[in-house]
Amino acid sequence: MKNQPDILFEAHGITKTFGGVIALNNVSLKVHTGKVNVIVGENGAGKSTLMKILSGVYPDYEGKLIFNNEEVHFNNPKEAMQKGIAIIHQELNLIPYLTIAQNIFLGRELRNAFGFLNSQLMRNKTKELLTRLNCDLDPNSLVSKLRVGEQQLVEIAKALLEEAQVVIMDEPTSAISDSEVESLFRVIKSLQEQNVSILYISHKLDELFLIADRFIGLRDGKMVGTIENSAEAKKDDLIRLMVGRDIKNVFQKEKAPFGEEVLRVEKLSLPRKFDKSSYVFKDIDFTVKKGEILGIFGLMGAGRTELLETIFGLHPKEMSGIVHIENKALKIRSVMDAVKNGIGLVPEDRKEDGLVLQMEITKNVSMASIGQVVKNGLLSSRSESNLAKKYIETLKIKAPSEKQYSKNLSGGNQQKVVLAKWLATDPKVLFLDEPTRGIDVNAKNEIYHLINDLAKKGLGIVVVSSELPEIIVISDRILVLSNTKINAEFNQDTANEELIMQAAIL
Amino acid sequence: MTDVKSTLFRFQSIIALVVLCIVLTILSDKFLTPENGWNIMRQISINVCISVGMTWVILTKGIDLSVGSMLAFAGAITAGLLKNGIEIPSMNIFLEFTVFGAIFAGLLIGGGLGTFNGWMITKFKVPPFVATLAMLTIARGATMLWTGGFPITGFGDTFAFIGTGWFLGIPMPVWIMVIVVAIAIVITKKTVFGRHIYAVGGNESAARLSGINIKKVKVWVYAIAGILSAVGGIILVSRLDSAQPNAGMSYELDSIAAVVIGGTSLSGGRGTIMGTVQGALIIGVLNSGLVLLNVSPFWQQIIKGFVILIAVILDRLNHPNED
Repeated sequence: MKNQPDILFEAHGITKTFGGVIALNNVSLKVHTGKVNVIVGENGAGKSTLMKILSGVYPDYEGKLIFNNEEVHFNNPKEAMQKGIAIIHQELNLIPYLTIAQNIFLGRELRNAFGFLNSQLMRNKTKELLTRLNCDLDPNSLVSKLRVGEQQLVEIAKALLEEAQVVIMDEPTSAISDSEVESLFRVIKSLQEQNVSILYISHKLDELFLIADRFIGLRDGKMVGTIENSAEAKKDDLIRLMVGRDIKNVFQKEKAPFGEEVLRVEKLSLPRKFDKSSYVFKDIDFTVKKGEILGIFGLMGAGRTELLETIFGLHPKEMSGIVHIENKALKIRSVMDAVKNGIGLVPEDRKEDGLVLQMEITKNVSMASIGQVVKNGLLSSRSESNLAKKYIETLKIKAPSEKQYSKNLSGGNQQKVVLAKWLATDPKVLFLDEPTRGIDVNAKNEIYHLINDLAKKGLGIVVVSSELPEIIVISDRILVLSNTKINAEFNQDTANEELIMQAAIL
Repeated sequence: MTDVKSTLFRFQSIIALVVLCIVLTILSDKFLTPENGWNIMRQISINVCISVGMTWVILTKGIDLSVGSMLAFAGAITAGLLKNGIEIPSMNIFLEFTVFGAIFAGLLIGGGLGTFNGWMITKFKVPPFVATLAMLTIARGATMLWTGGFPITGFGDTFAFIGTGWFLGIPMPVWIMVIVVAIAIVITKKTVFGRHIYAVGGNESAARLSGINIKKVKVWVYAIAGILSAVGGIILVSRLDSAQPNAGMSYELDSIAAVVIGGTSLSGGRGTIMGTVQGALIIGVLNSGLVLLNVSPFWQQIIKGFVILIAVILDRLNHPNED
């Protein structure tokens, strides 16, 4: 690993589109040898896409990659690995019921002269690798018994086995405890001393200052600047690199008077799944009025989705707190209760949780309110079609007919079908979790208009989003969720991206 | 072109059936006769009843391996009650059962076992394969206990009518099959329950988030599979005038084969009752044809295995994007 150039790995003019949506636009980036190169940017800025190209997960893109002064192209992560580029994903890719040593040597097992596994040698090598990481785990421990931070170390050890020269880490601290973060940072330092280059993604600004050598800002799939000397950077500089996205917004919110309070949440808490002493969120209070759009902003892992899910009856055993609909305290023990009481949820992942993709539009639209298309005990396909047609018209769903299969619709139109499903239940409050995730700009604006129209008709709406411009443009009021609490509240006049971001990273 | 292709795929089992019948008609002059036709229909009637329940189970992404054992136990219960009634000497109780009473008890037992399956699967999260595998041996053991390991025989003409009688020129088992299929089609296509079966199998998460009671749907599906197995068991006992303790062994395989050949996806959410009926017909016609052609039973099994494979491969080609 001697005699490496100063810039080991380089990307030139990388452009990547997903079905017409531009995820990366002419991005160039240099990875300095033996440095911790940090990429900052909002959710959706294109960080993960870029990392996936650099590590061979996406082989199709425009532009070129240069490694060690020669042009390279990776068709899969294995080819990148062979060159010396390893990625540690947010979700770890270990097999829980194998030992550390078995995981590290997975797919490149060592054999003895008889062709059997040479477990002793693999264990010893694993021990060496772990020692290099200042970690005294037993190579024979099952991965399922390890904490997430320790599992991360195993992934890093795996990369070291391949003599990785560039290690990409995607939000490595999002799921680990503070003490584990410390030991991770020690590992990063020692990797640096071994001249390994690190490419690090995170939006936890405080911890970034501890390890970063240089910052690279990404926004809307474009490079927005670099800060070469991290010691000179201030938090505000970083926030400026992150915010200010241009979403080509033609949407202008129309103000309408609010009605009476429709949803009130008091002392809502949800403990963490595996550690009951800590909380995803604790003692949350808020209200929503008829016709009001309440935005809830939070960074990844802040518990935005869980908050909606809890009110919607998905965590009845763990949760505590009270939910009132129209001033009536409810016992919501299941989704069925929530639906009965006039709550609807458009989930974040419409393909996984929102739609039955192989069903027609009609059947998806009627799914949550099927009672209304039953005539004499039997489903009436005519009233079901009429119901779907009504929403195809009002929501302007683009489809050749109401019998079209949902899987054949574009993302924006699929989202409208999910919306239609909930409007068909005639709800009092509608929750929208990342309502425009993965849909193109025009469809986004259309969805914003729809949300606004629904509010004008008196629906109470809660929008959860990790996209700043989105939350600012559609919300009447914004709550910022961070560190299990509501950290700040803004209204239309006081909200701006920098203030919200500051509250979110606290 | 793609239209032609997709139409071919859509009617693949009907086409296969027609081709099979034509080939067999050419090869054997005994195939296309009324007697043989009724024979085939009577033979498949039990499998069709079971397979209707199996179709629903598989539509929810489940499986039921216990149908053969539930069939045997429910049939034996009906047979035993009809023949011997219930006698508890210590309490001086003796109950005689009418044909209706005994049938009702058999259906109740089938429904009870199926409900137990559904309860294990939803309440204790036992995978369907394991829960129904356990029931396969439990119900078989219970059948042995109840019968003492010996057949129960001789039930009189009224009961025999179910399995051997004719009504309006059509055998009774075929009537029962047609009624079961007709009701099943209406339930599948025209009721909320039917819709929920597809929703649960198509995307359980989306169904749950739409407020559908997933557990209730599943328990009902397994309960119905049990009831329909009992229907099959009662037909079988009546036809043979005998409840065999080892009746229905490996019936689950023919049933799953019928469902799969009929184009129902094992990953749930896609399939039809009519497809399953066609699948059962293909198996029935094939069985009958191979017997008429004097093909050895060993070869019959091999051929049946390949037919299942071909059916699934065609289905894969037609739905390349499902996993």
